[in-house]
This record gives sequence, C-alpha cells and structure tokens, in this order.
Amino acid sequence: MSKAPKPDPRDAIKDDSMLKQKAMMAGHYENLSNAKRDGRKVASTFVPGNLNELVMCFDMLNNLPEVNAIQNGLRKTSGGYVQEAEKLGHSEDVCTYVKSDIGMMAKGNIGPHGKPLPDPDLLLLSYTGCFTFMKWFELLREQYKCETIMLHTPYEGDGKITQNMRDYMIKQIKEEVIPTLERVSGVKFDIDRLREYLRESAKAEEDLVWVLKSAKKKPSPIDAYFGGIYYIGPIFGAFRGTPEATAYYGSLRAEVQSRMEKGMGPVTPEGDMGKEKYRLVVEGPPNYTSFRDFWKMFYDEGAVVVASSYTKVGGVYDYGFRHDPDNPLESLADYCLGVYTNRNLPQRVDMLADYVEEYEADGLLVNSIKSCNSFSAGQLLMMQEVERRTGKPAAFVESDLVDPRYFSAANIKNRLESYFQMIEQKRTSGGGAPAMVIGGAA
Amino acid sequence: MSTTVEIISRCQELYEDLEFHSARAWKDAEPGRKIIGYMPIYIPREIIHAAGMLPLGILGGGDQLEVIHGDAYYQSYICRIPRSTIELGINGRLDFVDGMLFPSICDVIRNLSGMWKLMFPDVYARYFDVPQNYVDDIGGNYYISELKELRDGLAKLGGRDITDDDLRNSIAVYNENRRAVQAIYALRAAQPWQVPSSDLYMLLRAGMVLPVEDHTLMIEDYIKAAKTEDKPMRDNCRVVLTGMFCEQPPPTLIKSLELAGCYVVDDDLLLVTRWLQGDVQVDGDPLKNLSHAFLHQSISTAARYEPDAADKGRYLVDTVRQTGAEGVIFAAPSFCDPALLERPMLQHVLADENIPYIAFKYAENSGQMQPIREQAGTFADSVKLWSEA
Repeated sequence: MSKAPKPDPRDAIKDDSMLKQKAMMAGHYENLSNAKRDGRKVASTFVPGNLNELVMCFDMLNNLPEVNAIQNGLRKTSGGYVQEAEKLGHSEDVCTYVKSDIGMMAKGNIGPHGKPLPDPDLLLLSYTGCFTFMKWFELLREQYKCETIMLHTPYEGDGKITQNMRDYMIKQIKEEVIPTLERVSGVKFDIDRLREYLRESAKAEEDLVWVLKSAKKKPSPIDAYFGGIYYIGPIFGAFRGTPEATAYYGSLRAEVQSRMEKGMGPVTPEGDMGKEKYRLVVEGPPNYTSFRDFWKMFYDEGAVVVASSYTKVGGVYDYGFRHDPDNPLESLADYCLGVYTNRNLPQRVDMLADYVEEYEADGLLVNSIKSCNSFSAGQLLMMQEVERRTGKPAAFVESDLVDPRYFSAANIKNRLESYFQMIEQKRTSGGGAPAMVIGGAA
Repeated sequence: MSTTVEIISRCQELYEDLEFHSARAWKDAEPGRKIIGYMPIYIPREIIHAAGMLPLGILGGGDQLEVIHGDAYYQSYICRIPRSTIELGINGRLDFVDGMLFPSICDVIRNLSGMWKLMFPDVYARYFDVPQNYVDDIGGNYYISELKELRDGLAKLGGRDITDDDLRNSIAVYNENRRAVQAIYALRAAQPWQVPSSDLYMLLRAGMVLPVEDHTLMIEDYIKAAKTEDKPMRDNCRVVLTGMFCEQPPPTLIKSLELAGCYVVDDDLLLVTRWLQGDVQVDGDPLKNLSHAFLHQSISTAARYEPDAADKGRYLVDTVRQTGAEGVIFAAPSFCDPALLERPMLQHVLADENIPYIAFKYAENSGQMQPIREQAGTFADSVKLWSEA
C-alpha cells in the first residue's frame, strides 16, 4: 500500500484575514530590505511596549527582533541560529529569541523572507516586562554600534500604575526618546501626526477586542491562541496606528461576525474545526518550531482556546485601555506600563481566573517556555491559584519558543490527552471530582 | 582582641543558622521591633535602619537546606535561589520576618515578589524598582518618589514616622560600614594571603544578619587581627571573580578556588555591601542624597543598564588593573539571566585587553568541587606559566 504524501505546509488552509496578515507582514519585510534604497531609517525595538505610532512620526520603520525569531522558528531555521549563537559563547541557559537573533546576524542577517535585513539606525530599547530585553540590546549595540535609547518602564509590582511611574515614562519620552528620534531621523516631531496615528490605533484596538471577545460564544468562532497569534500580528508589530491595520481589523471583525452568525468554529490549518469539545484558557507563549503540530494536538481533540495571556503581551486592550489621541504621551506611557508581562503575578492570576469564568472555559493550560523567565517563573503557583479559585482543572506542558530541541511532541500529546480525559471525568462527576494538576516541573 | 579564626568561627555559626536565631533574638530584645528581609542585589538599607528595623539579607538556603516544597513551585530550568527561598518561607524559618523586599535584578526575583504576595498575604511584600535612567531630574525624580513610598510603607508598618534626621543618622552609620568593607577589600587586594576570600565572604555574610553597627565593628576587629597575624604568601594567581551577585556559591567553592592556586583579589559577591561606591552625603535632603548616590556612585553590574557603549565592561578591566589581577573567573549560577547574558560582552572586552579568563556555572547546592578545582588550577597554572607578565 502506498503511503499518503506528506502534506506541504503551504497547503495549510487559511481564512482571508490570515492571508491578509501574511501579505502585510511580507510587505513589511520587503520595506525593511529596501529601507536603505528608499532612504528610510530603521529602528529596532520590542513588541511589548513598542511605540510604533511614535516611530512612524519620524518616517522610520520598525524592526522587531522577536518577530524575526518567530518567523525563523515557523520556517524552522531558528534552531541553527540558536546553535550558532551558542558556538559564539552564548549560554545554553538563556533566551532563544536572543540567540536566534544573534545567530541570524552571524550568518549574514538574512531575514525570514530570504533577503538581507538592514542594520538598524537606532535601537529603541523599550525595557518593558522582560529583563532580557536590556541585555539583548546591549548585545546588539555591541554589533551594530548605533545609537541606543533606553526607555525604562517600571514594573507594576503592587498591581497598579502610579502617577510617579507615568510621570517617569512621559519625561523619558519627552526628554530622551523624542529628541533622539528627531536627531537620528532628521524629522521634526509633530504631535498632531502622533494624535492621528493614535486615533487609528484606537479603532483597530476596538475591533481586535471585539474579535477576542467573540470567543465567549459557543461554539467559539475563533481560536484565541493559535489563531489569535495571526490576529495580533499587525497590531503588535509594525502596523499599529496605520490605516492598513484599521482596515485589517475591520475586515477580520466582519469575517468573525459572519462565522459566528453561521455557528461556525475556528479555521484550522486543515479547514473548519469540527465539534467544539473543550474550551481552554492558555497561559504562556506557544512553541513556534512545531507550531502547526502543536495546534493539531488541540483541534484533533476538538479543543479550542477561548482566551490566552500571550495575545496580551503586546498590549492589554480587553480591560478597556485604548490609545488616546487627546492624551498622546500619557497613553503611550499607560500602554507600556499595562502590557501583560509588566503586570504582577496577582494581576495575572486575576486575569486568567476571570478568563476561565467569563469565557466559560473547561480549564487552564500552561505552556511553560524554557526561554522565558518573565512568563514562566511563578506559573506553577498561578496554576494552583486559578484552579483553587475556579474549581476548574489545570494542566502544564513545557516547550520552548524557537529552539526545536525543547519540543517533545509525544510528551506534550500524552499530557494533553490526559488533561482532556480529566476534563471529561470532571464533567461526568458533576464537578465534584477533585481538581488535579497534570505534570509539573520535570 | 579576638583572632581572625575566632571572628570567622562566629560568622560561620551565623551562616549555618538557617533558623536566624541572631535576628530573632534582636527582634525579641525589645517589643515592637520589626525585621525586613531583602534579596539581592541592592536595597537602600538605610531606610529600613532609619525605621528602627533590622534589614535581613535573604540569600536562599545555600548548600545545607533540603528543598522539598520549593521545587514544586519552579520548573527545572529556573535557578535555585527562588525555590530555596520559598522553602524557607513555607517551612516557617522566616515566620518572624515582617516584610520582604524584592529588588530589581531579574524576572525570577521580580515574579517572586508577586508569589510572596499570594503565598504570604499578611506580610508586607514589595518589589523595589530602581531607575535605569541616570539623569537626576528623570530617573532621579522617579527614584526619590519610590524611596518615599518605601519610607511611607515602612513607617506605616512600624507605626512611627521616619524623619529626615533618622535617615541622616542611618546614612552616616552605613557610610561607616561601607568604609569598613572598602578597607577590607583593599587589604585583601594588597595582601590576599592575609585575608583569605573564604574569610572575607563569611565576614560579609555576617553583615546580612547582624545589626550594621555590630557588623562594622566586626570587620574592623578582623582587620586589626589580620594585620597582626602572619600567614604564608603563596605563589598564587591573582584573579577577579565575577557573576556571583545573586545566588550564592557554596563556601566550599570559594575555598576550592583558593586551594587550586587562585587568590581572589576582587569579586561581586554580596554587592549590597558596596553597591554605593564611597560615602553618601549626609547633610541635606536624605532621599535626594540616596538618589544621587544611586545614580552616580553605583557599582557596575549586569542588573544595571550601561548607557555608554564605550564603558561596557570597562569596570572589569579597571578592576583587573587596579588590583593587579592576572585573570578573571566567570562563575555564574545556572539559569542566571543577568550573569549569563552579560558574560559574552564582558569576555569580548577582556579579550580586547588580552586578559585571560575562564567560565563555569554552579548552583548554591553544588557539591562536586573537583571539576571546578581542576579547571581553576589549570587556569592558574597557565597564567603563571605563559602570561606575558
């Protein structure tokens, strides 16, 4: 009997929004590769706490190294880059986003689209919610020898934004970030231009929130983790504040609305998902090197993710925050201060427990990422807390962002199957079964 | 006068006492006394002292504590200090501690602050952020407000105001301690055979649990005693030890380096004792003075942003030159983001200056020292045999 041909990854079925998102990302990479030819300056910066609207005020393009690492992960080239960085002396213990980036540079800085990426003219170090960011850009500064701006976002240690934090951020933006952007770009700052971009941002944010909240419906028309990663691409990346992003989120909303009206579930790489059997909340980033395999483990079992913390890492909008053109610098400050990984653990637990309740989820799944202490340290306690508060079972799997060596498909699949069985058991026992945790630290 | 052996014996007792009897006794000596625990890397202990409270350095469980509960809270790829600290909390060894401060050093300690809030809701727990912007009216203003919040929080906890005079007095007391620490570091750099690093480490560790006034006297006594004792000078290699600023190495590791033929002439152990380089100004607004010192007199280390690319790692080269070191040993705890991300940049700077180095990792409970001893011994021999000096 002849074997069925292995499916080509390019055959993955995508809905219109995914195709649009892909085209937007591809266009941005083209712009980056052509930046020098086109006389555009490039600012490298990070997704959490990115000031895209401000960067655009200076006609600069943003280049996001985490997104490059993700794209390299999806294309399965990150593993080689990580090992290249380790050969250069970077520890096996540290963040694989960093090592993927450094390895890519060492191999000629060819971007995920197969063309060279430009050297940045500026490193805008938005030090938000992740200690590694600071060292990462010190490492890049060593390579690129370009100007670097530190924008320090204080951590919400007590679970709130104080006026002192906000004032500190605004002063940094006014007195250090803007003057440096003016100097590097040669473009004078125009606050009305910023207001216009922020107005666009708020429109897109409104539609994104609507889309994310659509998962409250049963069946959910979206997968808010695997699908959600496509949805957040434009707004977390280079498009927040642009009319293209507004148009994208408008059409995404219409598409999801249509699915919802037809009672359809999410689109998976293999087409429409069948019957929704399990509704989950997921904490933590995904694995990108086996993204599709990982997703398949869910949709094959009828599991849909109805809410996730990872889709809040570039901005938490579903609790009401919107960029505000009437208070431009204040809202940039509050945006940075409020991103998910800049919130303290009690806030994160509150959010996840709320999600389990509001989205009527069957439980919480933690995908614990070896590379990312900002997310991972404390997740086992968070899991216990969410379980205690909601009475819903939690489970725990481990993988890595872009290092394929830390993705064990069989192990994760076993754990997920056990978890789904546990949910079934809890349902049949009428909620009386004791909450259990699968897995735990290895 | 006590001998160095007697002083270090007392320090050793304090180090081994995971029930913190000394701090408990201090608290019990007068009603209403309070104790504030703090983790690495830097806390303005002057404010705790000014509140009439005892700052207590919490540095994990070391190599003596069996971690049972703590491991249930952390994945295998996270360093050991948070899990042994959780263990100390869960098993009641910190039940006398009224507050815990978690400094800005990395995401693991940062997140531990939130865990503490969840696990010990009745204890004052605070993440203490510090500016990464060193301009007085930007980072400085922010930091002064953070210091005020800390002062107000401790005043509320202690039930009494913390006055500017209280703060000035505490700054002066800590200035004395900083001078004593600086003096013993200078003596070790000059005559490392007279001040073994294993002794110096124990002396500094004692400062994590003793009242600062007692600790200053202890260091001064040690210096006096060390100067009267005659210890043999060996033909050891002079090294700077770096990367040990958070999770502590087992003391046997420091001894092993010495036995392997290394004189440690500088290190970044227990940086809180010398984070601020030199005196903090006493007169004037005390919070402003603490802020000014933080912005302009802080030691360079991985947890701080270096705004000037040209200065990255220069402190390490300068330390090597000033202490006459012949090489650098990078010793980092496993999974320590600050130390391990910083390491390649420091190594590049050293390579440019032709300063030899080696690197290894450890955990606070590392037991096998033979590989480290062999590596350090080979390094010391190679430096002695082949260095240009």
